[in-house]
Amino acid sequence: MRVTATDQFMLEPIIEPNRDQGTSRDAIGLGQAAGKGLNTRHGTILTLEDISVSFDGFKALNDLNLYIGVGELRCIIGPNGAGKTTLMDVITGKTRPSHGKAWFGETLDLTRMSEVQIAQAGIGRKFQKPTVFEALSVFENLELAQKTDKSVWASLRARLGGEQKDRIEEVLDTIRLSASAQRPAGLLSHGQKQFLEIGMLLMQDPQLLLLDEPVAGMTDAETEFTAELFKRLAGKHSLMVVEHDMGFVGSIADHVTVLHQGSVLAEGSLEQVQENERVIEVYLGR
Amino acid sequence: MNQPLMLTAAQKAGPKVTIAVGAVILAVLLALPLLSLLPAESAFHVSAYTLTLVGKILCYAIVALALDLVWGYAGMLSLGHGLFFALGGYAMGMYLMRQAAGSELPAFMTFLSWTELPWYWVGTEHFLWALCLVVLAPGLLALVFGFFAFRSRIKGVYFSIMTQALTFAGMLLFFRNETGFGGNNGFTNFRSILGFGITEPGTRAVLFLATVLLLVGSLFIGWRLARSKFGRVLTALRDAENRLMFCGYDPRGFKLFVWVLSAVLCGLAGALYVPQVGIINPSEMSPTNSIEAAVWVALGGRGTLIGPLLGAGVVNGMKSWFTVAFPEYWLFFLGALFIIVTLYLPKGIIGLLKKRGEQ
Repeated sequence: MRVTATDQFMLEPIIEPNRDQGTSRDAIGLGQAAGKGLNTRHGTILTLEDISVSFDGFKALNDLNLYIGVGELRCIIGPNGAGKTTLMDVITGKTRPSHGKAWFGETLDLTRMSEVQIAQAGIGRKFQKPTVFEALSVFENLELAQKTDKSVWASLRARLGGEQKDRIEEVLDTIRLSASAQRPAGLLSHGQKQFLEIGMLLMQDPQLLLLDEPVAGMTDAETEFTAELFKRLAGKHSLMVVEHDMGFVGSIADHVTVLHQGSVLAEGSLEQVQENERVIEVYLGR
Repeated sequence: MNQPLMLTAAQKAGPKVTIAVGAVILAVLLALPLLSLLPAESAFHVSAYTLTLVGKILCYAIVALALDLVWGYAGMLSLGHGLFFALGGYAMGMYLMRQAAGSELPAFMTFLSWTELPWYWVGTEHFLWALCLVVLAPGLLALVFGFFAFRSRIKGVYFSIMTQALTFAGMLLFFRNETGFGGNNGFTNFRSILGFGITEPGTRAVLFLATVLLLVGSLFIGWRLARSKFGRVLTALRDAENRLMFCGYDPRGFKLFVWVLSAVLCGLAGALYVPQVGIINPSEMSPTNSIEAAVWVALGGRGTLIGPLLGAGVVNGMKSWFTVAFPEYWLFFLGALFIIVTLYLPKGIIGLLKKRGEQ
């Protein structure tokens, strides 16, 4: 099933990856039938090929190729202006590439889906600046993020079930905000807001998490805790982390991609990348 | 005025007293029309002037509440809500004009030497169809405008300017005689509604009661919305729309729903305003009217349900006193009020009361 963004207002299909049991090629008997969930037959959850984005002639991304495996924890590093945030914008549908292919799993064409469809399909994003709903309580923030029917009518009639409450409590516990559950999110510290946003991602239960500088402004203890959390998440989810803090990258990543001027400069383990001549030249600095 | 004091006490004493104060105010509002039916010699008699004035303010309070739903909760400042109010008023006015004209054409059409009704007047002699128009005219306009505005992601000050332009365009359109709504004179000289004389005390009392009911109904809808997940989504939309989209909500549907609901409430308020005040003309669509509505909401307190009602009551109460005592200075005073609220009372009267209550 290839889902495309429609012009029909409010009638965009809600994508249920779980119901999409390997249609298209599988339906006519080519290839093996995919199991439940997103079709990730070839082990890649995200496929970016030849992606280019230009703003008024400036090429923010230049023929970029990137593949992220199922359950992988990938770190993206690169100097300022290397295109890291643009890359996230392309994946989440905020920016359209001028050319190139972007596939989520085997069947969902990200370049033709709206931001909302992409989020519903299972890609969660954490912003660089922690963005939470400041006027709502921590509990309510998590409630809104929870994976459920998010249409207008459903929201008018929604009641929190016991199971959903338990899930929220569980996440509150994970992000260590149980004591602040009823506080307005606007009153949290910077680090707590970062955790709340990560908690909201967990509630969404996405298959792919994009995290833009998740440990910026965190204390050492908080950073360490975040690293642990991410390592626990990898495997069940796929993570793509953009980060400047090399210590943090070293503590979590099994695989690092270096971006430079909108394309991939090097890929490999952190040690390999750090030894790469070109990387040393442009990024790690002389 | 002892109302704010009572409210301060209410804040201190918790919800029980708030409910009690609300019940007292409701009881007074329900008693007013009954008292107006007493003979004029009675000490408790309420004059038709007072009843009309309070009824008018209640209509404005409904507008304030409707505007607060889109501005205070969803963060979209509309400077064109007067248009929806006037459209509801005009729809009701059409029926009242047909009642007054009987089997003839409405008087202003005869002056223009028109010989038949324009197509959009068809059926307006029926009260029920007029009621449908009261809902449909503002509702459909809001739906179409909102559909395109939200699809194009028009937000913030651009949205406000567009709503302002919309009501201005509406005013210019209705000023034209050829539009078929009485030009700059609008509709007046109403005689009867559903066969009852429009100036009779009984009719006035019923209209007033209907206004109170609509206000209570609007409050109830607002309360249910604010407490539902829908209300929390609106608040989230106001504070971080991008975050909400990446959570998987489509903001357009949420905005459109509350926008159309708000417009329909305004239309209903307008429909009750016209028979009580006895006139509707295009000046109701003037941009200043819509801006004034925003002042009520800002003064009372955005994002609360009681705030806008309080704001509409206080400003209009002062307005009717000021325009009698110092007619030249009212607009200066209104401007000063808006500046003071913006600078010193960002959360309005309600914010002030809450602060007092906490201390």
